[in-house]
Amino acid sequence: MTPSNNATLTRRELLARICSLLKEGRLEEEIDRIPLKMRPKDNHALRCCVHKDRAVLKYKIMALLGYNIDDEEDELTSLSDYAQKAWNREELSPVVMTVVDEACSSCQKGSYHISNMCQGCEARPCAVNCPKDAIYFVNGQAQIDHDRCVNCGKCIRECPFHAIIYRPVPCEEVCPVKAISKDDQGIERIDYNKCIFCGKCKDACPYGAIMEKSHIMEIFRAHEKGQKVIALVAPSIAAQFRQPLDKIYQAIEAAGFHDIIEVAEGAEKTIDHESKEWQERIGRGQQMMTTSCCHAYTELVNKHIPELKDRVSETPSPMAYAGRIARERYPGATTVFLGPCTAKRHEAYFTDQIDFTLSFEELGSLLVACEIEINDLEGRLPQVHASGKAQHFAHSGGVAGAIKEKAGDGLQEEIINGVDKKAIRQLKQYAKGKCTANFLEVMCCENGCIGGVNTLMKGRQAEKAFHENQFQTTDLRE
Amino acid sequence: MNPNHIYQVRICTGTLCHVMGGALLPELKPYLPEYLKGKVQVKGMTCADYCKQEDRKPPYVLVDDHLIESASIEKVIAYIKKCENHDSKQ
Ligand code: FES
Repeated sequence: MTPSNNATLTRRELLARICSLLKEGRLEEEIDRIPLKMRPKDNHALRCCVHKDRAVLKYKIMALLGYNIDDEEDELTSLSDYAQKAWNREELSPVVMTVVDEACSSCQKGSYHISNMCQGCEARPCAVNCPKDAIYFVNGQAQIDHDRCVNCGKCIRECPFHAIIYRPVPCEEVCPVKAISKDDQGIERIDYNKCIFCGKCKDACPYGAIMEKSHIMEIFRAHEKGQKVIALVAPSIAAQFRQPLDKIYQAIEAAGFHDIIEVAEGAEKTIDHESKEWQERIGRGQQMMTTSCCHAYTELVNKHIPELKDRVSETPSPMAYAGRIARERYPGATTVFLGPCTAKRHEAYFTDQIDFTLSFEELGSLLVACEIEINDLEGRLPQVHASGKAQHFAHSGGVAGAIKEKAGDGLQEEIINGVDKKAIRQLKQYAKGKCTANFLEVMCCENGCIGGVNTLMKGRQAEKAFHENQFQTTDLRE
Repeated sequence: MNPNHIYQVRICTGTLCHVMGGALLPELKPYLPEYLKGKVQVKGMTCADYCKQEDRKPPYVLVDDHLIESASIEKVIAYIKKCENHDSKQ
């Protein structure tokens, strides 16, 4: 979905308010007022009434405090209590996303409907071709008998007036691996045996009912304890704001980070290692090697296409390398990965060098809370600024391009730009040896990381900002 | 208003407006109806502190001197259309 929608904006506003209160040291005092302030009595309720709206916000805040919604003790426990416990907790569970059941359950099972575009024509191919006799006519208008309909979709293809529509369940529709479905209460549940953490469901839900568990409490606490907090920033940062990269970096520092390490610096190591690995594997007679940097893709392989496993590169991801660099440069510091990705949040739980993650969307809210005007900053690049090639990892084709340059012309690449059901079918074919290329790059999000689900800009605007920043940084280095 | 009037659309590029829904506003141009295409100039502006009020409604866009709050591409175009209609009636 486009980021300009109210579900997204609600989430950003909530987090900005939480960050402001954390900064002022008044979170426990004031947190229970956030839902009241955001949904005042005299306002028109979004749902049945203002109380329901506020209850939904309460649960969304729980997720932002880092809770699973299932962790709820009872309905009377206040947000203030939760905030206090979150501040003192030692551990986070590696569950990345949580469903706010209060906000969900509003979508009925996906089904076909006949709109008033129906002309009641003589041909009536919808009824004639319906295998279940589920279409009947009232006053010359087609109707669907939902007890008979099996959702085969024949009618929608037959109608010459395009009068039939399919109303989907948006989260289920976008999930490429059927990992989300309704329980017997009609509430969506994520099956973590199937989930690849791509975050597409979160992005698609029009109620904002799927929330990522934020690490904002942990990050503030590390700060409060006087620890150095290091930001490991993914190269797709260049596509988040309209301002040049050096200003963005300075803004991140101003939000309380001690230093910045570009994840692209880690990508330089990935390039070195992965190109050697490719040469070595092809030399051994392996037909093809595929990339390992997109965690949603490697999860996809592990859980759904295990036949492909032995061809996935074993090179650590740029994030993992950047984490090692951070540990060397700042022993004992807290490391935070900043990126556009839900899957990296999962990868980070299992990467010792990364302590916490902050999404670009959360970064946006943090900058708002700290009242940092990016326009007003002079701009400062980190001490090590990675090459354009490494920065390009954020874009589809970037990994293949960089490895090819290093490994030589023998490398023929195939690129899968975005994982959907069709791409998965294709990958299953490739697992059977049907890939003609010898290097396969796969990125789960369309356009690569700059098209990630936690981005502040999308589409053309993101492309534009990314490319302008590429040129700018090249200039700066020359 | 003079028929050659060019509408000055200024989109706030401040941090708050950008994060709170303004990021895609610069896409405005292609959405303009044909008859308005030559009549609108789109530019950015830095934060003008509209966002500092308690009851803020970002993102903010200025069309000439008129401030649009909770701006969307549709809202901005609707406002310009309204000005045009108003003119043609006079
Ligand atoms: S950021 Fe737009 S008015 Fe302040």
